[in-house]
Amino acid sequence: MLDFLFAPLRKLGHMTINAIWRLGYISRFLVALLAASGQSVRRFSLVIREVYFAGVLSLIIIVVSGLFVGMVLGLQGYNTLARFGSSDALGAMVALALLRELGPVLAALLFASRSGSAMTAEIGLMKATEQLDAMNMMAVNPLARVIAPRFWAGVISMPVLAALFNVMGIFGGYLVGVVMIGIDEGTYWSQTRNAVDLHYDIVNGLVKSLFFGIAVTLIAVFEGHEATPTAAGVSAATTRTVVTSALVILALDFILTAFMF
Amino acid sequence: MSIDPFIELRNVSFAYGERLILKNINLTIPRGKLVAVMGGSGSGKTTLLRLISGQFRAKHGEVIVDGKNVGAMNQRELFEHRRRMGLLFQFGALFTDLTVFENIAFPIREHTRLPEAMIRDLVTLKLNAVGLRGTQDLMPAELSGGMARRIALARAIALDPALMLYDEPFTGLDPISLGVIAHLIKKLNDALGTTAIMVTHDVHTSLDIVDHVYFVSNGEIVAEGTPDEVRASPSPWVHQFVYGEADGPVHFAFPAKTRLEEDLGLGQGGHHA
Ligand SMILES: Nc1ncnc2c1ncn2[C@@H]1O[C@H](COP(=O)(O)OP(=O)(O)OP(=O)(O)O)[C@@H](O)[C@H]1O
Ligand SMILES: [Mg+2]
Repeated sequence: MLDFLFAPLRKLGHMTINAIWRLGYISRFLVALLAASGQSVRRFSLVIREVYFAGVLSLIIIVVSGLFVGMVLGLQGYNTLARFGSSDALGAMVALALLRELGPVLAALLFASRSGSAMTAEIGLMKATEQLDAMNMMAVNPLARVIAPRFWAGVISMPVLAALFNVMGIFGGYLVGVVMIGIDEGTYWSQTRNAVDLHYDIVNGLVKSLFFGIAVTLIAVFEGHEATPTAAGVSAATTRTVVTSALVILALDFILTAFMF
Repeated sequence: MSIDPFIELRNVSFAYGERLILKNINLTIPRGKLVAVMGGSGSGKTTLLRLISGQFRAKHGEVIVDGKNVGAMNQRELFEHRRRMGLLFQFGALFTDLTVFENIAFPIREHTRLPEAMIRDLVTLKLNAVGLRGTQDLMPAELSGGMARRIALARAIALDPALMLYDEPFTGLDPISLGVIAHLIKKLNDALGTTAIMVTHDVHTSLDIVDHVYFVSNGEIVAEGTPDEVRASPSPWVHQFVYGEADGPVHFAFPAKTRLEEDLGLGQGGHHA
């Protein structure tokens, strides 16, 4: 009778339980993954190979995006700062915005949609075509041979990519601020250097991207490993990787920022 | 038959969910023998291999390989068991991101510390055995279906396993390669003493090379015997299978719950007004 009242409640409860169940499941997966990581250390070439696919092939998109984000920051920042007569601080503003927030977050979002989705699709397809089963039947643990190297490659690549994104962004800001608008070069760099604190800004930013790297890659390999072994299942898993990663990155960013700054 | 059983299934039953696939299977395969399992599509042959390889556990009964109960093995024991086993998948299951060479080298690299030169020789020999020397640099996507299955076979035998499970090794092969592969399977058994189970639909080729045949239907073993016994069998079931007749005790169609007329909406049960 009161079904119209309770139905949404029931649905909410169901969703909550489902989310918690999934969280538990992915945690268990992480533990198994860490336990199977010995081989990734002993045969580091397996990881290097995946660093190439996850990291090196993401370079273009990271470099180009970083440059443009930095240039846009330069333009927008100059307009605002000039109104308060403090356009000298442009370099500091661009650098801090990138190092603390935009670098880690945007690089992680790009990484999730470029490399995370590719990992999910690849692993899901290997599952669908019985390649993971075949490995298991050859007494080779796919978690150790396929999943763990990809996971560690992602964890290693992410901070490096974020750092590169930052460098390109700062360079983009320089292009706009100094080369295009004509702020004095010496002022630009000294303002930047004075404002940026090694520990507070750079290390914290790197710690952020480390967390993002762990989260995104874990989601990517998990979704691939758990994908329904069909074409539709793999495509759904790929979508889930991108969507979940984006939400987790933003939520994690809020939490980390609250603790750090 | 000799009294040294390598594989023994005792009262084995298995179900995917509620659907009972294998019912009370009993079979014994002596060491070093080559045994064929035949039966209609969907009768549970691949499932039988999965129980022996430990991919699934029997719901009831015991699967014993070389004196050890596969159903009771933990992960490490299972890997120990599989290290001495080769499995040819029904659909090949080659690693699509590795070349043909690396596919065959995969089990060797994973389980041995052989120098690169020796791996190269081993892979070349296996490739030669399946008649595909010269394809080592191709990717699996560049192979035809039959070639892919032969590469998968080369990979399965890369470590000269003590137990070989072949899931339809002859599908998609032309008559010449079929003969070569059949000969290879036989040779593996004779020369290395490998015990092997071969799931196959190719009655005539397999009757020429195997030591014993089991017929599976609806999850039960309905007939068995040596090739000569099978050829001479009075059982209508075996006769139908060996001579490929559509009418007989074997039903060609999946056991649907509704009649065709009902599904088409004809007859009394029809929805058409
Ligand atoms: N993973 C699975 N989940 C649920 N049911 C399955 C699964 N795999 C197979 N089955 C069912 O089990 C039955 C036996 O399947 P199996 O693959 O063992 O048949 P088969 O004898 O190998 O057939 P074929 O000759 O066509 O390969 C089939 O009816 C199939 O529908
Ligand atoms: Mg089958």
